[in-house]
Amino acid sequence: MTLQELRTALEGRGYVASGDLSMALHLALGLGRPLLLEGPAGVGKTEIARALAEATGARLIRLQCYEGLDASHAIYEWNYQRQLLAIRAEGATEDSLFSEKYLMRRPLLEAISQPEPPVLLIDEIDRADEEFEAYLLEILSEFQITIPELGTIAATSRPVVILTANGTRDLSDALRRRCLYSYVDYPDRDTEIAILRARAPDLAPRLARQIVGVVQALRREDLEKKPGVAEMLDWAAALAGLGVNDLSDDPATVQATLVCLLKTATDRDAAPPELMARLIGKVA
Amino acid sequence: MRATRFPERAGGPEDRMAGFVAHLRLNGLRLGPAETADALEALMLVDATDRDAARAALKALFVPDAETWRRFDDLYDAYWFNAGRTRRGTAHPDRRGVAAPSAAALWQPHLDGGAGAAGRETDRQPDAGEGEAEGTEGRLIATRTRNLARRDLREIADADALREAARAAEALARAIRDRRSRRRKQALRGREIDLRRTLRASLARGGEPLDLRRRSRPDRPVRIIALCDVSGSMTVYARVFLAFVKGLVDADTEAEAYLFHTRAMRVTPALRDRDTLRAATRLGLMAEGFGGGTDIGASLAAFADGPGGRRLTRRSVVVILSDGYCTGRPEALAAALARLRRRAGRIVWLNPLKGWADYAPVAAGIRAALPHLDAHLPANTIAALAALEPEFARL
Repeated sequence: MTLQELRTALEGRGYVASGDLSMALHLALGLGRPLLLEGPAGVGKTEIARALAEATGARLIRLQCYEGLDASHAIYEWNYQRQLLAIRAEGATEDSLFSEKYLMRRPLLEAISQPEPPVLLIDEIDRADEEFEAYLLEILSEFQITIPELGTIAATSRPVVILTANGTRDLSDALRRRCLYSYVDYPDRDTEIAILRARAPDLAPRLARQIVGVVQALRREDLEKKPGVAEMLDWAAALAGLGVNDLSDDPATVQATLVCLLKTATDRDAAPPELMARLIGKVA
Repeated sequence: MRATRFPERAGGPEDRMAGFVAHLRLNGLRLGPAETADALEALMLVDATDRDAARAALKALFVPDAETWRRFDDLYDAYWFNAGRTRRGTAHPDRRGVAAPSAAALWQPHLDGGAGAAGRETDRQPDAGEGEAEGTEGRLIATRTRNLARRDLREIADADALREAARAAEALARAIRDRRSRRRKQALRGREIDLRRTLRASLARGGEPLDLRRRSRPDRPVRIIALCDVSGSMTVYARVFLAFVKGLVDADTEAEAYLFHTRAMRVTPALRDRDTLRAATRLGLMAEGFGGGTDIGASLAAFADGPGGRRLTRRSVVVILSDGYCTGRPEALAAALARLRRRAGRIVWLNPLKGWADYAPVAAGIRAALPHLDAHLPANTIAALAALEPEFARL
């Protein structure tokens, strides 16, 4: 798949990727290296994995990281309850107990034992602890997993690995080195309008411009949580659902729908009706 | 934009790419020969004659983090388009620019004593003024002592103060270190049953899970990194604080200690030295310029960039002992702390001035630092240090 084909395929799935990001994806596919995405929340880091999976017709396997994530949740676990039952009911032997039948595949094992290369999304890797990062590094370089009872399982296909991070903590140099990197920032105005178009084709172009203009202006305000692309899309859907055709028509509704954009009490207070009127006045 | 014209003797794309990697390495990126090979492979996948495509490809490949992401374009232009921001790379990668450990710089001031001292004198000028201007409580200490000469630290390693402060420090270190992990490990008397091992064991009993194996959440030692300010304004506290830091380091083999005034230097081995006299001599040598001016921001930044900063994890507690009077820019201090904050688990600032009755954090330095701290605690006497234990346990 060439770079241009990739971009078109992504756009067909409603994902408008910047030049840097689509190049990084293209290289990740071509070189078979994992891709690390960083950037603020809500800019579509997770979404890109879904779009890529759809565009390439691959399966999406997702591993959500959290503090304390360990091998039994990320790689595999034996189904002990069934094993105990099998011992009771059938008098099963060790050979049959530790077989594929009782193996619960967690995302990492699942990802390397697919017939077709899937897209493996490791979400918010910075939330997992350092030990897990080190373990992940090993899997990402060897693409094989050793289960003491079964032996080593080598990958039947190499997954396309996408890691995302929000900067909860710094990642190790080793992991950064192994990965390709792309910083996903808030999109510029034109790109964001294109995203809104792709996601909500029925929206009037004028309203789309207004929505994007207001959201971009809000991001420049001093807010605790800046509204991301996902919030912008929610807001657009809310406004469309309420039948708003022009933001300046109905300030009360606009103010009420801000729940889609501003997610903390301080941010709500930071955007009083006067400010919204000013922002809307600018883009109208 | 005009493309760089490479000298005749430069070979093909391999040499140029090696030159580019060397150029990036000079600018602080950690890249090796493997990356050069990767880059050539990556360029095969894209249209290498398309300027933007080549740039985007190399950017995805070489950039490790957000900070570098922002300056990569400049570095790229400098090498490939003659923008000349840095020494233009020849096609021959050399290692000349690889930053030597700052040891040389560290010793510089007392090798050419006069110049170094003069440099620090100018450094310190604003400090005196600042201490004067910024409230009554800091003035006394901030401006009293200015001693650039070599100071014998033996008098500071006074046995009684040392023992008392060390005891307080050890209690604190224990309070911090006792943290539970979220992971589980097998244990003789854990709270949960480890099904995996229980089942393995049951095979010996014909499949009856008679022997219950258990697991628990193990204790994870927290690493303590102490950074002690030994500048002029801190001289009267240095005695206590040094002993305190020694206590922290003694309590835990993982702990690290640094002293800083205008630079940060690692003193862990000296503090661990069982031979007190030798330890004092080593400390004395290291604390050259002890009692001079302070640049907390630059010291912390140097620490964060060095090997010490790279070893920080979420289970590290950075303890800064300083009064916050600083001749450097407060923004630099804030930026350095923000960087530490992203790596370390917690940052605690022990401030001797905070114990004073009418203290308010008005100095520009400490004001800039406050948003990045997990705790800003008083520490003007040994008693105050000992009283910190419950505060630390809560971290």
